[in-house]
Formats: sequence, structure tokens, C-alpha cells
Amino acid sequence: MQSMALFLPRPSLDALIQALRACGYERVLGAVARDGAITLQALGSASDLPVGVRDRQEPGHYRLERGEGERCFAWANGPQALKPLTFAPRETLWRCERDAEGRLVFQDAGERSVPTAVIGVRACDLAALKIQERHFLKAPYPDPRYADRRESLFLVAVHCSHPASTCFCASTGDGPRAESGFDLALSELDDGFVVTAGTERGAAVVERLELDRASPEQKAEADAEIDAAAQRQVRALPSRNLREGLYARLEHPHWDQVGRRCLSCGNCTAVCPTCFCHAEQDEPVLDGSHTDHLRQWDSCFTAVHSYMGHFLVREETRLRYRQWLTHKLASWHDQYGRSGCVGCGRCIAWCPVGIDITAEVAALLEPADA
Amino acid sequence: MPDPDRPVEVEVVDRVEETPTIYTLHLRFTDPGVAASYRSRPGQFNMLYLYGVGEVPISIVSDPDFDGPVEHTIRSVGRVTRGMERLQVGDRLGLRGPYGRGWPLEDAEDRDVVIVTGGLGCAPVVSMIRYVLQRRERFGRLTILQGVKHTDDLIWRRQYESWQRLPNTQVLLAADVGGPNWPYSVGKVTVLFDRAGIDPERSIVMLCGPEIMMKASIERLLALNVPAESLWLSIERNMQCGVGHCGHCQVGPYFVCQDGPVFHYPALRSWLGVTGF
Repeated sequence: MQSMALFLPRPSLDALIQALRACGYERVLGAVARDGAITLQALGSASDLPVGVRDRQEPGHYRLERGEGERCFAWANGPQALKPLTFAPRETLWRCERDAEGRLVFQDAGERSVPTAVIGVRACDLAALKIQERHFLKAPYPDPRYADRRESLFLVAVHCSHPASTCFCASTGDGPRAESGFDLALSELDDGFVVTAGTERGAAVVERLELDRASPEQKAEADAEIDAAAQRQVRALPSRNLREGLYARLEHPHWDQVGRRCLSCGNCTAVCPTCFCHAEQDEPVLDGSHTDHLRQWDSCFTAVHSYMGHFLVREETRLRYRQWLTHKLASWHDQYGRSGCVGCGRCIAWCPVGIDITAEVAALLEPADA
Repeated sequence: MPDPDRPVEVEVVDRVEETPTIYTLHLRFTDPGVAASYRSRPGQFNMLYLYGVGEVPISIVSDPDFDGPVEHTIRSVGRVTRGMERLQVGDRLGLRGPYGRGWPLEDAEDRDVVIVTGGLGCAPVVSMIRYVLQRRERFGRLTILQGVKHTDDLIWRRQYESWQRLPNTQVLLAADVGGPNWPYSVGKVTVLFDRAGIDPERSIVMLCGPEIMMKASIERLLALNVPAESLWLSIERNMQCGVGHCGHCQVGPYFVCQDGPVFHYPALRSWLGVTGF
């Protein structure tokens, strides 16, 4: 569903937060400038949002800056996506108790989600969420923990009007306009927000606010800002489907070249909103009575990711980078019917040596002898 | 929604020492309801869990229609399998499964079944060999080609010798390094193909072992005019979840735990032997 556009005056942003709480969302998260980055934190009120904050992002570079005006969503995504809210960085899958006779009892870890609303979700992260849903909820083994947390999320998107130099969502088809997957979507104008509901429960929240319709001028201005945001993007992938091109270049010399620059640190996989690899491990208590079985984020850039007892499948960094890139942009199509990249650009900004996925793809698609 | 990550309890009811580093565990579900509903196919695997240590994927060697304990032949190579080595009858483990795709049982019926294995024992094909021998009338000639590095590496030697004596069954063995007590061939498993008398039209071939061995064997088989469509192989990768979530077992587009571990060769052809996948 896509409801009629309403207008939320800037001073009423607090009323939206209160309406979300009144609708049962115990936790309302929003963008907060903390530790020099835009992060998702619990919001007390709208004044916690990063008013007048701008960001500057380049390969291997991220800085917040003070800007002009009252806008509080005039930035591109920080390092944190929605991913930690649905795919926990570290969690207990189950607990095993052992009695004196050595009998084992496996129990649910008892972790339950808190109904959570998130204000300020970008189109790229909504697209990434859909991709991760396909992974974690696919038959025949949907993950009940993921399902529970996803179900508990209420998403307030804000269409992106301030892409960073690292952004390329327009070329992947995932932004800057949030097309679906949200409960509410906002467009930020100087004096307030154009609001549309994407779901019945989204409509129920705005109904409490008794808003006027947005004027045709306000809607036109909002649309123009989103269009301009798409135009302003300076990076791009050459196609939404690079599967054939990359599969044909598995032995391209450029993998060596990028492998020499890559530190194999795993930052790109940590900030990527679609990377889903995780490792499992046991954490027994010292008295031996029980043990927790955990899963936590892993990265295909670690040596142990491909550990096979007697050898590593990917000993060299160039092979790990090739695994990551070809999975993201090629084999993802085989697995989930689309690319695993939503153009958020985080892997570019947060790479300590500034490796740029769009530039690496361009180099790989060059003829090998060029 | 059922939890695909949580094991159930099993009890060790028998433990067989195959070699100093290879052992077979016979496991019984302590919950009779679970035991009654458990069904597996040759070539599938279970995730076995050692209390306080972790889980490992281990292929199932017992017959799918056998109502008794589930059997696993395990080689001590890592933290979990070395810990499991010390288990005794009566000890408890966790088990999840079965997972993955097994051998193409229906495709194999009425055909000659050629098993090519290398390395130690290769449990994934042992289940298939036993399956054929239990249902002998449904299959044509059974040929087992086994290569090992050293003559001592051949576990189940008596079992191979007993298989050799069965009608319509051929067992050919080769060791890289021969010895005084080795009456069989010397060399790689591929030296056995000329002697095996494989009928390229009638045969279905199932391979398991080091990928370099499988790749070399497949080249020989294709040269003998066995169609690529008649070749199946079982591969191994790091697996932590078994249910297609953790991402470790990917080979190109595949999740080995779900799309494998048994693959139709044409599907895996472009990835087999490519370093890094």
C-alpha cells in the first residue's frame, strides 16, 4: 500500500516518536551523532537527532561536519546498517545442560526481541534487509530468531537527499528513494516532512498525529530532492548483473593487484548490510554444568573461514577478496536472484586502505591486456 | 517455527576402533519419537555436537532403512573430532540432521555402479556401497576403485576383501607406495581405470576423496567415454550450521550443505579444482 502524502511539521517530530511508543514500540531508535559517526541509538526525543550535521565520505575516509539549518537527516549512512537489529552480531543459539550422569538437555536460549521502531532508515538498507530476509528465512530452515526480530521492527524510512561521494545506490536500483519495505517514509524539507505510509500499521501510527495533506508544492520539492540525490551520485556499478562478466574473469591479473592492497581486515564485511557469514562456538561455564552455543559475525576475509582441518581453501588475500566480490556481485544472483550489493558504499568509506568496489569492478572488466 | 540450530540428544551405544585415528560411533536417539521420525539417505550428513566443544559435519554410514543406531565413521583431525575420539559407550552427544543431498539412488537403479574413492575410508561412499549390497538385485555390476597413499591407510581391509568375493562385484585397490603385504596395484587410483572394464553406457560413477584425485579420475572417465551426466561427486567444505546460513561452505554459487555434499558433475564442473573456491 502507498497512502496519500501528509505533512508533518518539524516541531511534530516528537509527536511521531510518542505515537510510536504509544503503539507499543518500547524502543525507538534513530540516527545519533556519536563517536564521530552517525549511529543508531535509542532516542529520548527528536532533539537527539543530528541537527545540522553533515558527513564527508571518501574511500577510506569518514568525517562528520557541522552544517547549516535545522535538517536532521542531511547525511548519508554511517557504518551501522539495520543488520545488527535482525542478524545479531553475537547471540546465544541454545544452551546445553549436563547432569551428573552426563545426560544432555538442549534448551532454547530464551532471547526475545523488543518491539523496536527505527527512524531514518535509508532505501539501501531496506533493500539489504529484503536480501537478508531471503537468506535467513528461506525454506526449509528459516531462522526463528531472525524472524522474531524482523517481525518486531517498525521501519520509518527517510528518502535520501544527501548521498555521499561513496554512494552508488542509483546504479544498483536500490535508492535513493525508498520504494517499499517501510512502514512509514519521510521526505525531509526545511520546515518539516512529507509522510507516506507503506503498511496498515504505518497508517495507524500517523492517524494519531492528525496531519494535514502535503501540498503539491511540498510533494514536488520532496521528489525533486530525491531526483537530485540520484543525479549527484558520482560512483556507479556498470550493470545490475555482473555475473557473467566476473565469472569469466576469475583468473584476471587484477585480483593480484587488489590482493596486494587489501589488508584482509574484514571491515567491509562488518559494515556490509547484506554479508551474512557467521561462526558458531561453544562457551562452557567453568563448573561444567552448562554451556552456551553462540553464533557471531564472521568474515570471508579471515583465514579460518575456509579452514578444512588439513588446509585452507583461501590462503591468499587475493582469493579472499575474489570470494567476497564474486559472491556479492556474481554468485549472489544464482543464490537469491539479484546482486548482493545495494550501493550503500560503506565498504568503500570504511576500508582502511580505501579499496573501492566500483573501481575494482571497472578494472576487472577491462580487457586483461589493457 | 522449529529451531534448525538446536540438536537433540543421542547416546553412544557402540564404538569401533578402525585405526588409531579413525573410529565409528553408533548413536541412539534418547527420545523414541525422534528415533521413529529420523530418515536419512546415503551421502547425507549429520551435525554432531560434543558437549562444551562444538559441532562438526559427519557423513552417515548406516543404512537408511535400518532402524537401529545411526553410524558415523570419524577421523580425528580437529578439536571436536579429537575430543569425540575419547567417547565411550553410554556417553551423550548432540545431533542435528540429516542434511544435504545424498547420492542419486533412483538414477543408479539397473545401472552398473562405479565407486571411485581416495584417501582414508571415505565414509560418504561406504554408505552407498552398503546400500547397493543390501539391495543387490536393483543394481548392475558394482565396481569399487580405491586409492590410498600408503598401504597402511586402507581401513576396512577385510571388508574390501569380503566385498571382492561377492558375485558381480569388483574391487580394485591401488596405493601410491606399495609394500610386501600389498598384493594390489601401485600408483594413483587412475591406474585402475583401464583394468576396471567400465561400460560407459551402463555405468553411473560416484566419486569421493581429495578434489585433485576426483578431477584426475573424471578426466580419465570422460576419456573412456563415460558421459559427464553419469558422474556424481561428494565434496567437503568448512560447515558450521548445516542449514545454508553460516556461509562457510560456499563453492561458487553453491552452499555445499544444502546443494551438496553430493553434486552432479555437470553442475560443479566449472568450479572443481579452481583454487580458492
